[in-house]
Amino acid sequence: MTADIVLSARGLVIRFGGVIAADGVDLDVVDGEHLAIIGPNGAGKTTFLNIATGYLKPQAGRVTFLGEDITAHSPRAITRLGIARAFQIPQLFLDHTVIESLLIAAASRAGRFATMRDLHDLPERQEMMRLLALVRADDVAHQRAIVLPEGKRKLIDIAMALALRPKLVLMDEPTSGVASAEKFAIMDVLVAALDAQGVTSVFVEHDMEVVERYADRVAVWSSGKIQTVGPPAQVLKDPAVIGQVIGI
Amino acid sequence: MARRLPLLLVAGLVGLAAVVLLPLLSHSLVTLLSLVLAKGIVVLGIIVLLQAGQVSFGHAMFFAAGAYAVAFYGRYVGTGDILLYLVFGAVSGGVLGLVVGLFVVRYREIFFGMLNLAFSMVLWSLLEKMFHYTNGADGIRVARPTIAGMSFTPEGFSYVLLYLSFAIALAALFAVQRYLDSPLGHMLRAIKSNETRLEYLGVSARRVLLAGYVISAVLGGIGGSLVAAIQQIATPEFAYWTKSGEFVFIAILGGAGHALGAFAGAAVFEFVRFYASAQLADAWQMILGGVLIAIILLAPAGLIGFIGRRDRAARSG
Repeated sequence: MTADIVLSARGLVIRFGGVIAADGVDLDVVDGEHLAIIGPNGAGKTTFLNIATGYLKPQAGRVTFLGEDITAHSPRAITRLGIARAFQIPQLFLDHTVIESLLIAAASRAGRFATMRDLHDLPERQEMMRLLALVRADDVAHQRAIVLPEGKRKLIDIAMALALRPKLVLMDEPTSGVASAEKFAIMDVLVAALDAQGVTSVFVEHDMEVVERYADRVAVWSSGKIQTVGPPAQVLKDPAVIGQVIGI
Repeated sequence: MARRLPLLLVAGLVGLAAVVLLPLLSHSLVTLLSLVLAKGIVVLGIIVLLQAGQVSFGHAMFFAAGAYAVAFYGRYVGTGDILLYLVFGAVSGGVLGLVVGLFVVRYREIFFGMLNLAFSMVLWSLLEKMFHYTNGADGIRVARPTIAGMSFTPEGFSYVLLYLSFAIALAALFAVQRYLDSPLGHMLRAIKSNETRLEYLGVSARRVLLAGYVISAVLGGIGGSLVAAIQQIATPEFAYWTKSGEFVFIAILGGAGHALGAFAGAAVFEFVRFYASAQLADAWQMILGGVLIAIILLAPAGLIGFIGRRDRAARSG
């Protein structure tokens, strides 16, 4: 049973002044799944991503990744172990072209720090072009990130995470800031790319339609605890969840 | 990139023409051109750091380290060869760069700039106060070195040194361009645009900056050893903060968008200073100030900005 658990959080506690973001959070991420985290604004969902990637240290509790305790690790060390992150506001290298940004990621993954080769001549170039095609962004490969619309930026942000060939990707609201007509299109591309690479994912999401359609399981984060975890069909019909989170 | 080559080639030919032809007009230009090239090499180091969005107001410490490496060798060992001096200059700049770099790469922007300034002023005061070893403010005279084992007359020396400076400047330009096009160079530029993302790609921004810092310090050391040989003296002024300011000034004048900006800026700076000080004695700083204001207002990307823009358009087009 525990063999296929990728990421595991136990007893996480973190407070910011008077705000309790996590007060004994237990959560497991199973190999190959897409787990959605939902909950009211300010509940601590992003905080969980920050803890799991080493950006914040919890006041209590631990996080293990493939059995290794990563609670005290730096974001860089955690990235190197195989957890990549995509951001709510895309974090791109705005002065670089899209393919250059991906090649920087690929160079990091392959440890190509000492080479005097031109970035464009790295052996990973073909692979990165394929990755861009996978996220349907190959048309902007040679454009600078600063000129791209938000929808493309989101996909590039995630492509940069996938360029690291991670085991697990943590995504913070992959469809926020995108026109609602575009949401499903982006998620279709995104989930197909994740599945094509066999990447497990956790994503924080506010849009219940997106959750229902793309998540394998949903975790409801509220009042500093995981209230319930289960398949979307079941969780999203739970009256308590509807009252607390979805708010009808 | 193949497209970049013609630009560098053209610049190389223009430089070669200047180095060969201008001295025919006036011998005084030989030293001036050598200084342009030597300072351009130092400013190349400033431009490397500017790629990461960092400005060092203490870079003269590496310039002085290179110059004093040469001066100390001359004083305590004997007159050596310029090629040996250049190696000493590069090594002393690089070693000091590594030591200082380990501290300063933890900081960014104004803190980075000021911490560099502080380190450089420590070196300046050591050079001033350790009179017994450094002759204090008088500095140390540098005897004319041999070049590749051959001795020259003063005039012959100045010509050969000019050609040598040109060759080193070209090599430095080429090497820096290669570095900036490499993964590590692109990571350096990524520090400027998004350091957080860089860390989340598993890259240590500090180590990337440290590599750039040491490279820029090596360039400073090489430039310093060349200037010591050209001017045949090393003084504490080489490490003073106004000297650092001068290098930053030249970088902004020339434009940080392309490595060539270092030499374009150094050429304009030294020529304006040379002719303005001949005509207006004490007012040359005012003229240089006016030139910089004009550049910032009219061409914020520096003299090289126009070429840089066209070059980038060609790359992305």
